[in-house]
Amino acid sequence: MVVPSLKLQDLIEEIRGAKTQAQEREVIQKECAHIRASFRDGDPVHRHRQLAKLLYVHMLGYPAHFGQMECLKLIASSRFTDKRVGYLGAMLLLDESDLSQGIQPVQGLALCTLSTMGSAEMCRDLAPEVEKLLLQPSPYVRKKAILTAVHMIRKVPELSSVFLPPCAQLLHERHHGILLGTITLITELCERSPAALRHFRKVVPQLVHILRTLVTMGYSTEHSISGVSDPFLQVQILRLLRILGRNHEESSETMNDLLAQVATNTDTSRNAGNAVLFETVLTIMDIRSAAGLRVLAVNILGRFLLNSDRNIRYVALTSLLRLVQSDHSAVQRHRPTVVECLRETDASLSRRALELSLALVNSSNVRAMMQELQAFLESCPPDLRADCASGILLAAERFAPTKRWHIDTILHVLTTAGTHVRDDAVANLTQLIGGAQELHAYSVRRLYNALAEDISQQPLVQVAAWCIGEYGDLLLAGNCEEIEPLQVDEEEVLALLEKVLQSHMSLPATRGYALTALMKLSTRLCGDNNRIRQVVSIYGSCLDVELQQRAVEYDTLFRKYDHMRAAILEKMPLVERDGPQADEEAKESKEAAQLSEAAPVPTEPQASQLLDLLDLLDGASGDVQHPPHLDPSPGGALVHLLDLPCVPPPPAPIPDLKVFEREGVQLNLSFIRPPENPALLLITITATNFSEGDVTHFICQAAVPKSLQLQLQAPSGNTVPARGGLPITQLFRILNPNKAPLRLKLRLTYDHFHQSVQEIFEVNNLPVESWQ
Amino acid sequence: MPAGCPPHSTTASLPQHGDRGFPFAAAAAAGQAPPRPRPAAAMQFMLLFSRQGKLRLQKWYVPLSDKEKKKITRELVQTVLARKPKMCSFLEWRDLKIVYKRYASLYFCCAIEDQDNELITLEIIHRYVELLDKYFGSVCELDIIFNFEKAYFILDEFLLGGEVQETSKKNVLKAIEQADLLQEPRHEYFNVPVY
Repeated sequence: MVVPSLKLQDLIEEIRGAKTQAQEREVIQKECAHIRASFRDGDPVHRHRQLAKLLYVHMLGYPAHFGQMECLKLIASSRFTDKRVGYLGAMLLLDESDLSQGIQPVQGLALCTLSTMGSAEMCRDLAPEVEKLLLQPSPYVRKKAILTAVHMIRKVPELSSVFLPPCAQLLHERHHGILLGTITLITELCERSPAALRHFRKVVPQLVHILRTLVTMGYSTEHSISGVSDPFLQVQILRLLRILGRNHEESSETMNDLLAQVATNTDTSRNAGNAVLFETVLTIMDIRSAAGLRVLAVNILGRFLLNSDRNIRYVALTSLLRLVQSDHSAVQRHRPTVVECLRETDASLSRRALELSLALVNSSNVRAMMQELQAFLESCPPDLRADCASGILLAAERFAPTKRWHIDTILHVLTTAGTHVRDDAVANLTQLIGGAQELHAYSVRRLYNALAEDISQQPLVQVAAWCIGEYGDLLLAGNCEEIEPLQVDEEEVLALLEKVLQSHMSLPATRGYALTALMKLSTRLCGDNNRIRQVVSIYGSCLDVELQQRAVEYDTLFRKYDHMRAAILEKMPLVERDGPQADEEAKESKEAAQLSEAAPVPTEPQASQLLDLLDLLDGASGDVQHPPHLDPSPGGALVHLLDLPCVPPPPAPIPDLKVFEREGVQLNLSFIRPPENPALLLITITATNFSEGDVTHFICQAAVPKSLQLQLQAPSGNTVPARGGLPITQLFRILNPNKAPLRLKLRLTYDHFHQSVQEIFEVNNLPVESWQ
Repeated sequence: MPAGCPPHSTTASLPQHGDRGFPFAAAAAAGQAPPRPRPAAAMQFMLLFSRQGKLRLQKWYVPLSDKEKKKITRELVQTVLARKPKMCSFLEWRDLKIVYKRYASLYFCCAIEDQDNELITLEIIHRYVELLDKYFGSVCELDIIFNFEKAYFILDEFLLGGEVQETSKKNVLKAIEQADLLQEPRHEYFNVPVY
């Protein structure tokens, strides 16, 4: 089109300039042709101008239907000029002719357009027209008008009041299309307004009647699908009943019989029947239905699970998942079928089955379910592995019948799907094992075996390394009734840990675990520690800063603080779930009744002698806590260091204190207050001997005021050789939750220069920081 | 009409007032769904596409910008085409349920809301296919490509605003016949009377 389009004013002038009707018509015809061509070409720039001209022409009385589409395009444009003309056109063109005066098909078209994309303004303007059409005789137009009304209400909720009154009358219609539309309209009204909901509750009997007629009457071929009368209408009625019956006893009661009837009479051989049945089930579950009806519904779903049609099984699994909280026992009855569904090839089905299975685990079926779930874990698609693994672990935690079963389960999960477990699985497992005293030997053995087979699954390796480090002595002791006796060589254990350290598959965290485990073994194993020392010193120059730091610290431990090594590397107490540290106050655990072999606490025999000591303190009476209340082993700040990848900040150092000196024998106290546990005070006493004679049979006892708790660890020895020989060290743990002033009384007995020495004294000048 | 030209919906998207954006419309909670405050259309859209991913029909019952529509179409087509033949007809996508079924070389794909009945949606799809079949006489993809507007007309007689308007096959086909008769012999796309 080369001819430039006329401006609106030009056209108007031209038309007005026409002398006769015929001339005018000619002008307009020509212009309309241009406009039509322009519309077809989709010229956006002049579109508004074209439409404006068209509207003018339309005003003069000439037909302009072909401009209707353009109105919409203009409205959609972002330019204000376009929108303005577009809306004008829409109002003029759509409003006037088609809706009220057009022939039925045209009315239908207009309604269709209005319902699909009518804007709020359009809906408001045209609502009266639509309302009129609702009552027209022709069902063709009426049904469309009703659904258009639905759309209008969605767009402009205030129009609900306009369309509410006709509903009652429309419900009496026989035409299925009208009924369907009416029910949809009522549904929409009820979902939007509680008042409408109450209003329509009174039509429940009528709805029940309609549905019953549908179901019981022989089917009309026109509306039915595979023997089910008008399933679309049935489903829609059921939905409305659901909304009306929700939380309303009376309505629910009215529906009970009908729902049972539909549930039992519907032919389920084809999808249509199942669709109706499904909707019935949803309705039953959502209203206040009788218990028997609910069970019926769950059973229907159970039957669905056995259906050969995959879609039906999917729908059943989804619904059962929704119901498992509210109707747990009913769903439990179908547990075997659900578990069968785990074997589905379709991933979306097996995922649903997995979720449902996990929800169905309870204390009575946990063993059987776990077996199934673990079998599933081995064969399931990779994207479900993580969920399955964490689901199993969670369920195991909640319902584990025995600790051993629990450990076994976790072990199995770690070996099968180790890479998919969550990060805290390692922490959980170590805590679990730590807490199960009687299973230490068993656990460490199994973990050792698992590790020996495969060092690639990181969580497993970490846990195994930790265990071997902690309970290495049990591993070597060789006897455990639960599994076959295994002769493990010290060298083998060390070799395995070294292998882990060197493997390229090991993550830095794993290496950390392995290094620490090696270190701990230095006290657990009986052989010499040269091999361990070698490894440790190698890692002192490792590129990984974390490992390097540890290695250097351990090395130092070997070289300078060897006397403390045993104390520091002793067994970990039970770790609190939330905090990663040894929390003395929370140790109500009765498992601590047995003491671990490696740390005998000889406070029993000392207790009686201490009582004398305590009498000497003001207001004192027995306040050494007996070991059964506390866990046997130390956990100082340094032990944390060894077990966790992150390094806690070093505690502010408290100066050492020399408390005793006699003939070259000295006693020093050093204090440590771990920052994580402000109530705890660790005192290490060091007895040194610079005299010419050995000190033998050295025993140190202590007493503290009543409000404090004291625990004595085993001393490193009883003998201090002469001339600066290896000192004796002993660790005291003092709990001071109330921050009471610290007082300490010591009693020393030893032999020196063939004489028995006994000294009792109170320590003066205790630094304030030790108890504040 | 060239086969490769994608048919556009007869509807343009209009800026709407007070609408929540789709698909960010609040999804009903899983489990006992409380009555939703403002549900959008039951069926949100229907797409027909070939096995090569070519769009043959798109009917949108929610207002969306063109860009959004394209994005949704692209993603959904990819997702559905990636499904293996033995898998079930339902899948969860964003916060909607997608019901799809393959008939010969065409995928019919509907998006419904969380509380809608998937099985009846399968029936809706099947009914639509039956209507097309009856109208075109043993319909195939080519019929839909070359007569896409007829496919839309038939759909518009069966569904309105995302809801089923007529459950009788006979009535729907009768209405289409009547409308066809009204179509003037001039093969203009816009029915314009002669002046």
